This record gives sequence, C-alpha cells and structure tokens, in this order.
Amino acid sequence: MELINNINCELVIIGGGPAGMAAAVAAYDAGLRDILILEREGALGGILRQCIHNGFGLHRFGEELTGPEYAARYEDMVREREIPFMLNTMVIELSEKRVITAMNSERGIFTVSAGAVILAMGCRERPKGALGIAGTRPAGIFTAGTAQKFVNMNGYMPGREVVILGSGDIGLIMARRMTLEGARVHAVCELMSYSGGLARNIEQCLNDFDIPLLLSHTVVEIHGRERVEGVTIAEVDESRRPIPETKRYIPCDTLLLSCGLIPENELTKMAGIELDRVTSGAVVNGDRETDIPGVFACGNVLHVHDLVDYVSEEAKIAGEAAVRFIRGEAEKNAGIKLTVDGRVRYTVPQRIEAVADTKVYFRVSDVYRDKKIVVRDGERVIISKRKQKLAPGEMESVTLTKEMIENAGESLSFSIE
Amino acid sequence: MFDFVVIGAGVIGGMVARELALSGGSVCIVEAMGDVAMGATRANSAIVHAGFDAKEGSLKARFNVRGSEMMEGVCRDLGVKYKRNGSLVVGFTDEDRETLAELLRRGEKNGVKGLRIVEREELLSIEKNIGEGVKYALVAPSGAIVCPYELCIASVGNAMDNGAELKCNFKVTKIEKIEHGYRVFAGESYVEGAVVVNAAGVFSDEIAALVGISDFTVHPRRGEYMLLDKECGSLIGHTVFRCPSKMGKGILVSPTVDGNLLLGPTAEDIEDKSDTATSAAGIASVRAAALEQVAGVNLGKVITTFTGLRAVGSTGDFIINMKDGFINCAGIESPGLTSAPAIAEYIASLLGLTRDKTKNPTRRAAHYFRELSTEEKNALIAKRPEFAHVICRCETVTEGEILDAIRANPRPSDLDGVKRRTRASMGRCQGGFCSPYIVELLARELGVPFTAVTKCGGGSYINIGRTKEN
Repeated sequence: MELINNINCELVIIGGGPAGMAAAVAAYDAGLRDILILEREGALGGILRQCIHNGFGLHRFGEELTGPEYAARYEDMVREREIPFMLNTMVIELSEKRVITAMNSERGIFTVSAGAVILAMGCRERPKGALGIAGTRPAGIFTAGTAQKFVNMNGYMPGREVVILGSGDIGLIMARRMTLEGARVHAVCELMSYSGGLARNIEQCLNDFDIPLLLSHTVVEIHGRERVEGVTIAEVDESRRPIPETKRYIPCDTLLLSCGLIPENELTKMAGIELDRVTSGAVVNGDRETDIPGVFACGNVLHVHDLVDYVSEEAKIAGEAAVRFIRGEAEKNAGIKLTVDGRVRYTVPQRIEAVADTKVYFRVSDVYRDKKIVVRDGERVIISKRKQKLAPGEMESVTLTKEMIENAGESLSFSIE
Repeated sequence: MFDFVVIGAGVIGGMVARELALSGGSVCIVEAMGDVAMGATRANSAIVHAGFDAKEGSLKARFNVRGSEMMEGVCRDLGVKYKRNGSLVVGFTDEDRETLAELLRRGEKNGVKGLRIVEREELLSIEKNIGEGVKYALVAPSGAIVCPYELCIASVGNAMDNGAELKCNFKVTKIEKIEHGYRVFAGESYVEGAVVVNAAGVFSDEIAALVGISDFTVHPRRGEYMLLDKECGSLIGHTVFRCPSKMGKGILVSPTVDGNLLLGPTAEDIEDKSDTATSAAGIASVRAAALEQVAGVNLGKVITTFTGLRAVGSTGDFIINMKDGFINCAGIESPGLTSAPAIAEYIASLLGLTRDKTKNPTRRAAHYFRELSTEEKNALIAKRPEFAHVICRCETVTEGEILDAIRANPRPSDLDGVKRRTRASMGRCQGGFCSPYIVELLARELGVPFTAVTKCGGGSYINIGRTKEN
C-alpha cells in the first residue's frame, strides 16, 4: 500500500505527554474530530511514564496517583474517544505556515498541513556541561531524569554512593528512589539559599530519609578518571562564589544533577515564534496562542510546571482555543500586556485579551514571607493578595476578571510588595 | 609478521596507517586505549591552519602548508566534514600589528596564499561581530575547519577496509629488535612488524625509549575548551585567533563543521600525560579572551567543557625520522591535525611506497543519511525502517545511523565511541534522553549485558547492576 505523504489535518498536537493528551481530549470534547497526536516515544505518557512515585492528580482527580496512573487516565480518554495518534514519530520541522515535517518507520518522512498546531514537546534537563563544573569527565554523572529512566524503565542501578547537585523536584525524587534501591545519598547540594523543589518533596524525599539538604552549596570539582570517585563541595557566598575554606571532599561513585529544566523549543524557534527570555517558552495570550495565529503551546514546553495537574488545566485551555480558531470563532481584540517587577519572574500568559475571566500563572524569584501579590493598572491597585510564603518552586496564580482586563490601559503590572 | 606496525590510533597514526594500507602492505595498528582518537585527536581546535605560524624551513611549516592543500581532497575521499571558512588573527595593539606583519611575511615565505592585513573598518565588513577592542586582523582565506576525530575514525576505518588490523587496549610495554623487524609487546601478547611507526602522541617519547631512542622528550600541554549550542554557531564565519604568543596560537573562537561554536584553548604545561581535567581558572580565562575577540558570545549557551593535551616535543619542531625501520612521528602538536595527510604522504615516500590501484581510498561518510534527499531517505527507510527511528533528538540521529556506526570499521564499543561516530548525545541535552537507548543498542549489537556497556572503556561503567540486587 502506498501511503500518502502529505496529510491534511485540522489539529495536530506535537507531543503525547500529559499536555498533548489533555489538549487532544479537550479539543475532542469541544466537538473537533480531525485530530492527530505525534509522539516521538513508543508510548503515550511522556515523562510521566518514568515517574513511578505518587503525588500526581490531587487537584485534577482528587486522589493521589502515580505518574503512569495519571498518564493512563488520559491515555484511556484518548483511546475512548478514538483520537488518532502516531508513536515513534519524530517531528523534525515546523514552518510558520503550520506545515509539520515528521518521520516514522511506516511512512518515512512525511508532511502534515495543519489547521492549528498545539506545541506540547515538554522540557529537558540542564546537562553537566552547561554547569561548568571543573575536573574530569568520568562515567557516573547523570541528570536526575536519566538516572530515573535507568532505574525505573530499564531496571538498572546507576550507582551506590550518590551526591546530588541541585534540589529540583526530580533530584529530590531520585534521592528517595536511589535510597529505596539501596544506594546511599550523601547530600543534596543547592547553590541557592532555598530549594527550587516542592516543600512536600523536601519533607518526604529528604527529611524522611535523613538526607542532608545543603543550601548555598555547590560541587566545585569532580574527581575520577574512568568513573566518578568523589566530588569536592563548598559553601558559596552571597554572590554564589565558592568559599575556599569550606571545601570538603565526598567520596562517591555517582553525581546526579537536578539543576533546572529547559523547555524544548527547537521547533518553536524553527517556526520563528517569539520566545520569552525568562520562561524559554513561547510568548502566549490567554488562549495559549503564540504570535503565529493557530499555533498554541501548553505544558512544560511553555513554562516549567511544578504539578502535572496544572499542565492538564493549561492544555485544556489550549485545546479548546485551538477548536475556536479552526472554526473561526476565536474572539479577538487588542489585548494588553502583563509586565513583571523581577520579584515576579514571569507570567503566563504574557498578554491577555478581554474575552473572559483569565487565570494568570507566575513564579517568584526568591523566597518571600508575609508579602503581597499586587496587580496594578497604571498606578491603581486592582488586586492585592497577602501570602504567608512565596517560593520559586511553587507556581502561583491570580485571576483577572474580564472587567479588569477591559478597563485596563496598555498593560497590567505584577509585583511582590 | 606485518609489513607495518603503527603504534597509536590518533589522527597521525590513522592517516599513516591508511597510506600504508593503500600501498598494499599489511598493517597492524595498536592502540593503548579502548578506541581510536582518544588522545590529542579527541580534543583540539579542529582547525586546518593556513600555515603562517610555523617558522620557515621547519617541518611544521612544510607539512602544514602541504597538509592544508591536501585536506579538502582527503576529507572528500573519506566522507569527513570540512569547510574552508578562512581564518582571522586579531590584534588589539600596535605591538600586535607588528606581530601580524611578521606572520604575514612568514606566511608568504611558507607559501600561504591570499594573506592580507585589514583594519577595523574593513574587518567589520568581513565579520560584523568582531570584538570591540580589535583594531587589526590578518586574513587567511585558506584557513579551514574539519572534524578531527571523524578524520581519524575515517582514516582508521579506511585502512581497515583495505586490510589493516586494529588492536585496541594494546598498551605497548616492550619492543624487541628481531631479525627483519620488531616485536611489539603489550604485556605477554605481541605483534611483529618489519617497520614500526611510533605515533603515540604524548607517549611517543616513552615508545621511542623502548628502542633506545632518548634524544627527545614529549610533554603534555593542557588546553581547555568550551563548546556552545548550535544556536551560536553562526555568530561568526571565520576562525578568530588571537595574536600568538610563545605558548601557542592563543585562544580562538571558531564555528565547528557541525555548526557549534568552539572557544579555547588555554595553554598550560603539565606533567601528567592523562590529566584531562578542566579547571575553574582555565575556563574563566577562555571566557574572558573569547569575549574580547568576538562580541555577543553567549556563555549561557555552553553545552560542554573539555580539555585536550597537545604533544609538545622538546625540539620545537615535529620529530619525524626513520632509523633501522623504526619511524618516529613525535611532538606532533599544532599544526598536527593539518599536517596529518602530509606526514602520511611523506612517510610513504620515505619507504618508497606508492598506492596500489586495487585499493579503495574512499569511505562512506558517517553522516551520509543526513545528506540524502527526502526521496532517497524514504527509499532507505522502506528497506531499513530503523532509519526513521530518531534516537538522539537534539542532533536528529537515527537508530539506523547508530547501527551502521556500530557495525562499521573501526567498531565502537562504548557510548563515547558511538557519540564520536554519529554525534548521538553530542547535542544540547548531552545524552540525557538518548544514552539509555544507546546503551541498549550497544548491548544488543555487541552481545554483552546492559551493565557491561561503558562510557569510554576500562572502569567507566554506567550501571552497577540490576535494581533489587544491590
């Protein structure tokens, strides 16, 4: 059978992880039928497939699920609706005309002309090379997610004596996971004076196992020719420079890195879509629509989320908006920009239109206690919300009413005061 | 007995072995490490130098200029990426201007074509992102870039395709003179060769000492590098050198043939011939120099840092000689990569060899799949569906390419070997996503357990065992 290598499809979703699946389900439930999910791995589910710990779904399903269980809920929804998806399919190009070039073994290289596109490619981990740690480059240095794949998917142990650099959530989860598998985690070093991970993960993954979290510490040198033999760690001063007197050697065979996640926006860049320098994701409006009409983004490709529940929520917005776009029902008006003071690092969306009440997500740049989240329209305060604690690891949100947006000048500013 | 035993499978050993194999002689290449291209060849500036640096009349000058002429053709034959991007030597002061004039004079005497000195205004029309303080530049249009380990892998592979044998993990410990040749030992095992070529890089003085040659030494000079994301590869077109000093050609900023941006190297004389650690101070000095030479280098886009060791000979020049069937190719520091094809040609001529017309000097490019048209790719995918399965998403490397690399001469046996042959895990995520898959492929193809796959041979194991068993 000769396969047609130029497909037309109303809605193409790039990525079959939690964001992609939730977007597809939302689009289907809004009445669209011509949907295609393109997934590079051999199964739907994305990174959740290797996240076998629990804690997923409290907001979305009101119960605690493991990653694979959460993914299975959405995969079931996709299958019940018979939404088409292609696995082992890699998208290699995206044009500004919404033409996607992809490849898989059944079709070879093929193109899909899409009425609308939803970007849901997720994110990747910051590698060792980007951190500029001095010393050798032996085996035994893994990003936490790679180690997680080895342990949970392949069933192999990457090491016995472990030091973790960075206290992102995957690092915290892997501290516990490696401990449960019989490894000894000597320390989790965090360059900043606070952890970027969720408070509950610090409690359940470190404190419950007596694993020390060394704040304001970093790894200054890696030792070992063939395999890691140890690391030198040190405390850092206020400008994050290592303090020489505090240097200390920890023998270990494994260094895990959990030093940040980077949205995978290579396709987005290829299409010429405007990116936000802070989130490394696309600049979007309330519909999660990028500056190319009909191209939407959601999930960790847009900004790194702390909870998958929020990914699903965001994907639903994008999925429903894509359907309105395809039907020509999208309401458009001038819209306004959202600006931040630096204490608020970014907002998503970055611009909004006065079409409905809109929930705006954001993250803060430091730990703040007993402060107010303030939204101003020019000089006028329109929202002031007191919070006991704000932390970079936890995503925050405020809802702007349609009326606030309608009455706003050119922009609304977000600050912590 | 082999006609030729080549000690060291770096770019010099590889190119020499290829030339010897193409002459129809029997060749055995012995290599101390688990793979080819593991010494200076693995980590250097990847430059085909124009030839204005070396002192006139030196072997460096002679082989540099000849090698630079030969390189494009050699790369074409071996399917190795090569780009004549031109180089610039930038000067900041009037003193630098003098040095550039000296380089120009020297280059012209060495026979380098097209050299000229330009001032800032014209320089900006050539490279708009040149650093703010740069006043002058020597322009060398014949400067080029190449992938050094790819050239080495391809030359060893081509030698093997023409009958040469490669023995890895063969660390030479003793050499005995025997009738009509030498017996070269690694512990108890040995190979015999009528002629022995010493191309052992930083260890070539120790190899020479095994046959009683002690009139030179080689010491390692450490050079630290930073490699930036492909997003930054188009910041400049030319290779931008700094005005040279006695420690070397200074720090350069250069695009690579694969589209990344390379910064480095430092130059630090050390004792330990295997110390490839990077240092905070080294990386800091690379950063500082690079920013002066080229504006807009985004250090937030560094994807890896690494260190290479140049084999610096005690004579100040390449040490290339033959006595009693023992050939030294020692002290091959910069411009060693450039000179490699010319050194190979010279050694063949020393031995009075010419190419055997029945031998095949060409090899298919490791990256041939990427260069096919969509129709050709689809035709191949129809036959071999693994070419549609992308393993390394950052560099778009397919399972088919990885399998081909694992099956081709010289066969890799570890993750880094696959990386150097295919670029899988050489991209921005540095193997975060694909390394578990490559471990699986290697284990399957080599018929070894998952835990036996290493990062780079020896004790560089990746996994310690099954979960629940430790």
